[in-house]
Amino acid sequence: MVWLTGGALAICVLMIVGMLALIVAQGSGTFWPQHIVRWQTRAGATLMGEIADVERHRPEPEAFERLPEAARAAARAFVEREGGESERRLLRVENFELTGKHYTWVSDYEIASESEPEWALALERRAGGRFYGTPKAYVRDGERLTTEPAATWALVEQELPGVQDRIATADAIRRDDIGRVNHEIEDSRLAVRRAELADGVDAPSARVARELFAARESELSKEFARLRGEIDALERQNARYALIVETGDGVEQSIPLDQIVRAIPANRLGPLERLGVYGSRWAEFVSAEPRESSTEGGVLPAIFGTVAMTLVMSILVVPFGVLAALYLREYAKPGPLVSFVRIAVNNLAGVPSIVFGVFGLGFFCYLVGASIDQVFYAERLPSPTFGTGGVLWASLTLALLTLPVVIVPTEEALAAVPSSMREGSYACGATKWQTIRRIVLPRAMPGILTGMILAIARGAGEVAPLVLVGAAPLAPELPIDGEAPFVHPSRSFMHLGYQIYHLGFQSRNSEAAKPMVYTTTLLLIGLVVLLNVVAIAVRAKLRRRFQGAQV
Amino acid sequence: MIRAQREVTKKSVVKPMSPESGGPKSAVERPTRKVFDAVKEKRVFDAEIHPSLSTEEMVLEIDDFSLFYGASQALWEISMGIPKGKVTALIGPSGCGKSTLLRSVNRMNDLIDHVRIGGTMRLNGDSIYAPGVDVIELRKRIGMVFQKPNPFPMSIFENVIYSLRIDGERKKSVLEEVCEASLRGAGLWEEAKDRLHDSALRLSGGQQQRLCIARAIAAEPEVLLLDEPCSALDPIATGRIEDLIEELKGSYSILMVTHNMQQASRTSDYTAFMYLGRLVEYGPTEDVFVQPKLAETEDYVTGRFG
Ligand SMILES: Nc1ncnc2c1ncn2[C@@H]1O[C@H](COP(=O)(O)OP(=O)(O)O)[C@@H](O)[C@H]1O
Ligand SMILES: [Mg+2]
Repeated sequence: MVWLTGGALAICVLMIVGMLALIVAQGSGTFWPQHIVRWQTRAGATLMGEIADVERHRPEPEAFERLPEAARAAARAFVEREGGESERRLLRVENFELTGKHYTWVSDYEIASESEPEWALALERRAGGRFYGTPKAYVRDGERLTTEPAATWALVEQELPGVQDRIATADAIRRDDIGRVNHEIEDSRLAVRRAELADGVDAPSARVARELFAARESELSKEFARLRGEIDALERQNARYALIVETGDGVEQSIPLDQIVRAIPANRLGPLERLGVYGSRWAEFVSAEPRESSTEGGVLPAIFGTVAMTLVMSILVVPFGVLAALYLREYAKPGPLVSFVRIAVNNLAGVPSIVFGVFGLGFFCYLVGASIDQVFYAERLPSPTFGTGGVLWASLTLALLTLPVVIVPTEEALAAVPSSMREGSYACGATKWQTIRRIVLPRAMPGILTGMILAIARGAGEVAPLVLVGAAPLAPELPIDGEAPFVHPSRSFMHLGYQIYHLGFQSRNSEAAKPMVYTTTLLLIGLVVLLNVVAIAVRAKLRRRFQGAQV
Repeated sequence: MIRAQREVTKKSVVKPMSPESGGPKSAVERPTRKVFDAVKEKRVFDAEIHPSLSTEEMVLEIDDFSLFYGASQALWEISMGIPKGKVTALIGPSGCGKSTLLRSVNRMNDLIDHVRIGGTMRLNGDSIYAPGVDVIELRKRIGMVFQKPNPFPMSIFENVIYSLRIDGERKKSVLEEVCEASLRGAGLWEEAKDRLHDSALRLSGGQQQRLCIARAIAAEPEVLLLDEPCSALDPIATGRIEDLIEELKGSYSILMVTHNMQQASRTSDYTAFMYLGRLVEYGPTEDVFVQPKLAETEDYVTGRFG
């Protein structure tokens, strides 16, 4: 029996550890800059890229038929030496506009020769994926300044930071200043409409508002034009620079410098520089917006959405759960009805989460949300405001889902409060509510926080219901931002869990997205752990207050 | 003297004639062990109440008080007065209803389902069980200390002023004053004054019990109920609590349950002996211990049973 139970435990632990190890290994490797290899295939092609995966396989005899006549014998001999098997490697070739693919499998017997070109560059671009090649020339104002790789690279290193600064400046103008101008125009337009609605179209107040609006608008459009001009100037400045690179098979391609996010001379990096690139990729991942339908760039909006939704959910579920548990434990007369309710609550935890999603969509979005729209946002109809998925509805749905997770430990914690403490309080002349508020709840707080921790862990990792009630693969705006009223509960949001699902299983190119899936998974697990650690720390702090309790 | 033959109007109780019924007995010649027989046969008898009690002013009057836990009766028509400013000890074997009687005074038994009561109690003349009595207000006039120290999970300071807090007292000066006075009253001030804002749960058991006493006297109760306040403590802590009870005597009227004969004889002015839910003998402590009127009492206080 010891062996059976111990074995079962060992298998459980192994599976969990194995899963975590896989995620950590795969997820943490994604951003490590690999060496760039160049392969000459027996078929006569040249491939250049990073090795993404390796596996052994047994080539079928027909596979050799696809090789050119001359190479067949050598390939057959190669495989024979390996005992009829061959390794094959997944090469990240990219250069999508030329190759039409991101990855390709190549078996070792197909490779005639392999090298690591010293100057091979991995260029991460704003659009179009990565580009692998060797630097050929640096172009400024259409003029080739260099021909040597070293000199070319030196110029890139010198001028790329300036280009990127200008891009950042332009982005900031676009986001902040132009956003503000648009907002002000919209505000004064709304002021006109308000005046017209209140006093009628011909009323003097409306006329005043219209005049104000006209003045403000011309002023603002001048401002707008000025800002646009600034951006254009920055972009014109950036457009002067380009890098010409040569792909593995000798094609020259011009890459404008303002397209380059990061240029890595992958085969020239020392260990420290490699670590630096790794760190900067992670930093971008957690602090930047996504690019290229989330297969590149960062996941900041998704992190933000996950945390915001989880927090809102906790804020909703904890008070409700605690109140419900208080009623069940402290106020309700024990009896069959209470037992039934308790069983029902416990079973709620077993309902598939997608059912909650369907309920959330039907009840919160289509019923409650649509009613809110009709009453408060009638002018925006038929486009829904609250009548569709949003962060509030998602949080509410998850709050419902995690309710039993809060109620059960809270009830246990309430039951564990020694009756001697309650009696002491009653004997002092406290009412029931005073006793609960001052004695029972503080004493049960660690248990309540346990419930909250479980709810956070459950809620942050839940995806299925979110698909229905508001998670989006790409949300243009965050649910909380600097624009009044700062909190926008009706906005859809990005979520790490949904991101994983969407990237891995919904995107056009899931092979290209695979590394991102692992990395995002790693991040999500890390985030859930972090949220839990914070909650556990709070609980430990509370527990210390009860240290030395003898009763 | 047993007065089992007294003509009483109490219903529900059978009253067979006892063989000794008839003429009055002399005080020297004690009727022996008839009380326990009477109790066991569920016959009515009147408690032996020493006449010296009648000169005392009573803070609490218990009148024909009975209590039932569901179908089982735990207290049987108890009538006694608790003198003002004195310490009254309740003694008796385990399960005889001492705690039940004590908890009836501040109506803690209301918290238990299926409890029925009969008879009345009066606190300084105000009925405790009359319909319409505000239990919360009543409990504020009574302090209670339990068998096991039960400090609340909060600071020492908050523990002491708990009853003021729930009354909504906010003035810091008042709270601090009451806290100091109560802690001094409970002999805990010197030990606790530097750690008032530490958790009360970090105090030792004896300190916790004195804290509970401080908490109970903070509201200036009219009567203080102590239910075996020392039974969970070591001898040294017990000694300190006994000294404390000694000091509180006079300023407070104390009704104390104890299991310990020495404690009762050392600290109390009056002692009531209970047996199986009945009050058996009640009188000045010295009399009860040295020359009890009933042989059963003598057996109990000398440790021959119980
Ligand atoms: N909550 C309760 N429910 C039912 N019976 C009780 C309860 N509390 C006490 N009793 C019974 O009442 C009797 C008196 O108990 P108690 O007052 O605690 O005795 P003592 O304090 O003298 O040891 C005992 O027989 C006990 O079993
Ligand atoms: Mg007891």
